[in-house]
Amino acid sequence: MSPATEHTPEPRPSHLRQLRTLLWKDLLIELRSRDAIVAMMVFGILALTVFNFAFELRAESVILVAPGVLWVAVLFAGVLGLGRAFTHERERGSMEGLLLCPADRGTIFVAKFLTNLAFIVAAEIVIVPVYDSFFGVAALRPGVVAVILLATIGFAAVGTVFGAMSVNTRAKEVMLPVLLLPIVTPLIIGAVRATGILIDGGAFSETWTWVNLLIAVDVVYLAVSFLVFEFVLEDWG
Amino acid sequence: MSAAQPAAMSGAPPRRIRVGRLDLLGLAAFTLIAVALGMGLLYAPTELIQGEPQRIFYVHLPLAIASYIAFLVVAVGGALYLWKRRPGFDIAARSSAEIGFFFITLVIISGGLWGQATWGTFWQWEPRLTFTFVLWLIFLGYIMLRQAARDRDQAARFASVLGIIGFADVPLIFSSVYLWRGIHPEPTTLPQPIFITFLVATVGFLALFAYLLALRMRWDKTRDRIDEMRAALEE
Repeated sequence: MSPATEHTPEPRPSHLRQLRTLLWKDLLIELRSRDAIVAMMVFGILALTVFNFAFELRAESVILVAPGVLWVAVLFAGVLGLGRAFTHERERGSMEGLLLCPADRGTIFVAKFLTNLAFIVAAEIVIVPVYDSFFGVAALRPGVVAVILLATIGFAAVGTVFGAMSVNTRAKEVMLPVLLLPIVTPLIIGAVRATGILIDGGAFSETWTWVNLLIAVDVVYLAVSFLVFEFVLEDWG
Repeated sequence: MSAAQPAAMSGAPPRRIRVGRLDLLGLAAFTLIAVALGMGLLYAPTELIQGEPQRIFYVHLPLAIASYIAFLVVAVGGALYLWKRRPGFDIAARSSAEIGFFFITLVIISGGLWGQATWGTFWQWEPRLTFTFVLWLIFLGYIMLRQAARDRDQAARFASVLGIIGFADVPLIFSSVYLWRGIHPEPTTLPQPIFITFLVATVGFLALFAYLLALRMRWDKTRDRIDEMRAALEE
């Protein structure tokens, strides 16, 4: 990566500047339209509410199902957000413009991944405290937050690839969960297990097995997604 | 199930010289499987602890191995397609996916029957079963994705991407379900008759896979050619 040279004209801006511009573009669109994040938050809270009725939560059963409840709410809200991540590119044809820009394909992936990550984290910022108070589970702890972040990174990485793919197929909304959820099995297992240990009052050191799994998942998902994303972009090229 | 179709067609009279070699492969596959089934029922001894139901093993594990190899072909075919863009690689990948899906369905059914007899339940969220079931879901997604694609190029590209991500995911799925829980019969040193029967069955099912794959690929290539001709006629 070359350092950003602000004043000398360059054929192609540095990766960091490309990234900053792309991120700013997506954040600005979201701030103005509030399309994705609000929908994800509302959906997450609705999921928590439905669980509350579905399980008829009683004091002794709360702890047993609590980690699963959190992750189903987060994953489904995430799928909802990822499904909309590329609707602008698709409906307004803005991806063609993006591909004409002097921006690297890899940078486009990183920017889109960071945007999706930020959106899902934003939704989690609402979902997790609500979950904490609805279910009386102490979820607002550094350990739980770390696990949530780790799982969200891998989820957003493959989610970016599958989101870009499914928006271009004929079965947009259906395709994303069908592709994404089986793939992220290791992530779901790791996140639910680690969250469970922490909610049961375990120390963070007890979750190492699962945290290591999540780290491995993140590394593999990020690397593979980065490599294959350019093939998905061909639909717009 | 389209994967079963070519098998039904295998009785058709050969029309080309290339067909002969393929028919030989098919014949070998069916013979080996028949021999393995005979061995499994007559030659291999009854397992002491599990009794007769253990004989499902001679179908179950060879099929599982064949379907894992099918998954490998999907991933490698996909990667080669993205690299070289030769339609042949994509045809290999999609053919392998359909046969793999068919095989893995049989793996799950045979495993369930075996489990019913020995564990007393058809389904257990047990590591290898869970692993196989997740692979089944990924295969299913692969086939659905191809059908939802807008055109052939997109189907090939997206399917290749899914194949690669799925393949990279396999070790992670495997280790995660293992860390999760475990009660599967651990691989022990098998008595020789059991092992030999298993070996014959495995070679037989792998030959069957290769045979079906070759048939399915030929069928696909023919269909592609017909499509091209039809498109050319319409123009």
